[in-house]
Amino acid sequence: MSAETIAPADEAGIAAAIGAAHAAGTPLAVWGNATKAAFGRPVQAAGAVSVRNLTGITLYSPAELVIAARAGTPVAEIEAALAAKGQHLIAEPPDLSALMGPGEGPPTLGGAVACNLSGPRRIALGAMRDHVLGVRAVNGTGEVITSGGRVLKNVTGLDLAKLLTGARGTLAVLTEVTLKVLPAPERTATVMLRGLDPARAVAALSAGLGSPYGVTGAAHLPAAAAARVGLPAAATLLRIEEFADFIPYRTGRLAETFAAHGGSEVLDHEASLALWRAVRDAAPLGAAPEDAVWRVSVRPSAGAEVAEALARGFEAKLFLDWGGGLIWVAGPATEAAHQAVTAAARAAGGTFWLMRADAGFRAAVGHLPEEPPPLAALTRRVKAAFDPKGILNPGRIFAGL
Amino acid sequence: MLAMPEPDPTVLARRESIVAALRARAGAAHVIAEPLRLKPYETDGFTAYKRIPLAVVLPETTAQVAACLRYCHEQGIRVVPRAAGTSLSGGALPLEDAVVIGVARMNRILEVSLEDRLARVEAGVTNIGITRAVEGEGFFYAPDPSSQLACMIAGNVAMNSGGAHCLKYGVTANNLLGVTMVTIEGDVIELGGGHLDTPGYDWLGLITGSEGQLGIVTEVTVRILRAAEGARAMLVGFGATDVAGAAVADIIASGIIPVALEFMDRPCIHACEAFAHAGYPLDAEALLIVEVEGSEAEQDALLDRLKAICARHNPTTVRVARNAEESAAIWKGRKGAFGAVGRISPDYLCMDGTIPPGSLPEAMRRIGTLSANYGLQVANVFHAGDGNLHPLILFDANDPESFRRAEMLGADILRLCVELGGCLTGEHGVGIEKRDLMTAQFNATDLAQQKRVKRAFDPRWLLNPHKVFPLDTAGTA
Ligand SMILES: Cc1cc2nc3c(=O)[nH]c(=O)nc-3n(C[C@H](O)[C@H](O)[C@H](O)COP(=O)(O)OP(=O)(O)OC[C@H]3O[C@@H](n4cnc5c(N)ncnc54)[C@H](O)[C@@H]3O)c2cc1C
Repeated sequence: MSAETIAPADEAGIAAAIGAAHAAGTPLAVWGNATKAAFGRPVQAAGAVSVRNLTGITLYSPAELVIAARAGTPVAEIEAALAAKGQHLIAEPPDLSALMGPGEGPPTLGGAVACNLSGPRRIALGAMRDHVLGVRAVNGTGEVITSGGRVLKNVTGLDLAKLLTGARGTLAVLTEVTLKVLPAPERTATVMLRGLDPARAVAALSAGLGSPYGVTGAAHLPAAAAARVGLPAAATLLRIEEFADFIPYRTGRLAETFAAHGGSEVLDHEASLALWRAVRDAAPLGAAPEDAVWRVSVRPSAGAEVAEALARGFEAKLFLDWGGGLIWVAGPATEAAHQAVTAAARAAGGTFWLMRADAGFRAAVGHLPEEPPPLAALTRRVKAAFDPKGILNPGRIFAGL
Repeated sequence: MLAMPEPDPTVLARRESIVAALRARAGAAHVIAEPLRLKPYETDGFTAYKRIPLAVVLPETTAQVAACLRYCHEQGIRVVPRAAGTSLSGGALPLEDAVVIGVARMNRILEVSLEDRLARVEAGVTNIGITRAVEGEGFFYAPDPSSQLACMIAGNVAMNSGGAHCLKYGVTANNLLGVTMVTIEGDVIELGGGHLDTPGYDWLGLITGSEGQLGIVTEVTVRILRAAEGARAMLVGFGATDVAGAAVADIIASGIIPVALEFMDRPCIHACEAFAHAGYPLDAEALLIVEVEGSEAEQDALLDRLKAICARHNPTTVRVARNAEESAAIWKGRKGAFGAVGRISPDYLCMDGTIPPGSLPEAMRRIGTLSANYGLQVANVFHAGDGNLHPLILFDANDPESFRRAEMLGADILRLCVELGGCLTGEHGVGIEKRDLMTAQFNATDLAQQKRVKRAFDPRWLLNPHKVFPLDTAGTA
């Protein structure tokens, strides 16, 4: 964050700051606590506005499965409030501070939503954006806008709440977010298969996700990644989260499914929790401080091939989540490595994000695939529909936008 | 009665050349212009409003859709996208000077991948058609609107449709992986695909539920899910609607998310029983149908827990299905609810507001008062877990005054939903029906922001121009 960060105390303050910047035509970087500063293109802006002082849960109704909080509220505070009522955030947003560096405070709700980052449960129960019910935000002219609401079903008007989720502060600055939540499972357990190569691992994950036993996490850690979380061999992991009395049956049936894959073992609650937290936060990746980190998203059935192509292309460290559809990759921050990631994602009909690299590298390469011209034109027009002078987080997603 | 924009006389005057141009672009066999053959397209599931369109095009390819849209855009001709025409909010209602572009002939299943748990289909495939293509392998497409035999996936995407099982499985938006969409300018864009979470703006999220305002969807990729081992329902009657509401809250707070949690009030119970003979308790003021999934033993365990929760609320009846047949019997009345109400009243309006489930008792009370004030009966059936109400307002379409009052009562009920913290529509869309109520939910700034986004896609305001947004003085939304 720059020295000129303003951190107003409330939404009206955010609106005034943006209104003034709009009038003056001065670009602003947009932050919570800047824990994801390394994710995305570097923003060229003299000033910055932070929502870090807009904190506090504004609504929590467990029996209605909804929570609302101001955008600067730490995710951890929300998770704690939910846990006290036996509930949790459905999309399991990762805590990437180990990967991204500490930022200037804890990760905030606004940041988690604006980046639409989801954890392992995404494969079964959806992304952050799937659970955003409503938002309040300030657009690039300083107007407060609302979209959605606090009810679980709502198709009234255009769904700007989803559009702002994942827009990383380039359309509007989120000031308050309302989320759907769910009861946290009573217990969790993991069925683990050892020693599979990526192709067989993805087949096993597909079989598990295609079973009626409610798998909510499906990851594969090749040997090196497995070793980083204390497992002796390549580990293929399938998570069950359920009422305690349902777990033995479900893990048992899954284990039967995998008899043909060479057998499996079951990790119980504590071991399972620790392991999936590590997967969520990309701990098995083992990215060295100077490494660049990418996430590649493809069809699950293409995951193994992509992993192999990357391993052939450069010294890639990697592991697979989302049933094989999400490949976390770390490697040297070189043009060649970036090209290999781009090519592998494209060949598989998928996409990628450059998650972390030094600012020079992030400015030099596209941190997302380029959009085809008609889509790029829509991106520009929609950006202008919220932020006509282009003052919010310029360049954060695409150069020149 | 709702106002419609005036037809543009210069467009009407060019009718023949427009039809010829469309025939050249989509193929003569795909363009309908004969008055008698246009008739079936004059309305949708919201039958109180009718407009015969200028022409109907039923293309077979994305390229034909693109060519027609490019032409309409150049010529400034309004376009109404259409799928099966089951919209209950007038979403597919044409205009006299508009070309209807329908996707009904684009009805092939393009790909099923069980490995990736997805199906890619043309936009005119019916909702049930997707499940039929995968159910042999034990899979299904989750969102299940009651109209699923007829409605098409394009309509589902445009309305972000739900169903009885969305408490657990989510609505269309949560089950969508990708679409191919043609913009009004005739550009074909691919949004999402077989993978999750495309970076950049969440186009899929914006398109879903956009009611044909942003483009015409021609292909859709959806998530398919493996069905649970089994499911079973229970039926619980209560002596008062407040009590049923409290039971719903207790169920959700207990940590059980049933796959379905449906509520009916006394008028609805009686109508359904008379129609379906499902054995519904006629002495109950409110009835819940709760369905759970899992293995036999898991179903037993969940149903036992649910029984214990309901027992705390002095139920008048508790009936737990012991097998699939008994479950089907419990569902029989609910599934026929709209038809059943249709038998006791010549006509009804089906409303679709959402309230926070906690305000259910207040909503029921105040809907009762409104119904008495207007002198029109209201039967309530709804998805209780998510607060999506479907009050059915009974009226007589042969009596214009009765219809006028029904519309006013409906508007009051929807304003009540907003006042209670909810919204105008949970799954049927704004269409023309709720267009003029949008100002009850959104202020001028919010609406202006939405309209700027619409304009980013449709600068000349040609796609479904008379819907979703209140008409301005120029006569377009
Ligand atoms: C008896 C009955 C029961 C119903 N039950 C439910 C229910 O349980 N849940 C529920 O959510 N809804 C329900 N509905 C409402 C309706 O079925 C849904 O809204 C459905 O998704 C509409 O699909 P359709 O194919 O009929 O679309 P249409 O009615 O043809 O069109 C709906 C909207 O989509 C737009 N559109 C159509 N095709 C395209 C396209 N290719 N690209 C872009 N926009 C397009 C149209 O312009 C219109 O605005 C019910 C309707 C009836 C009659």
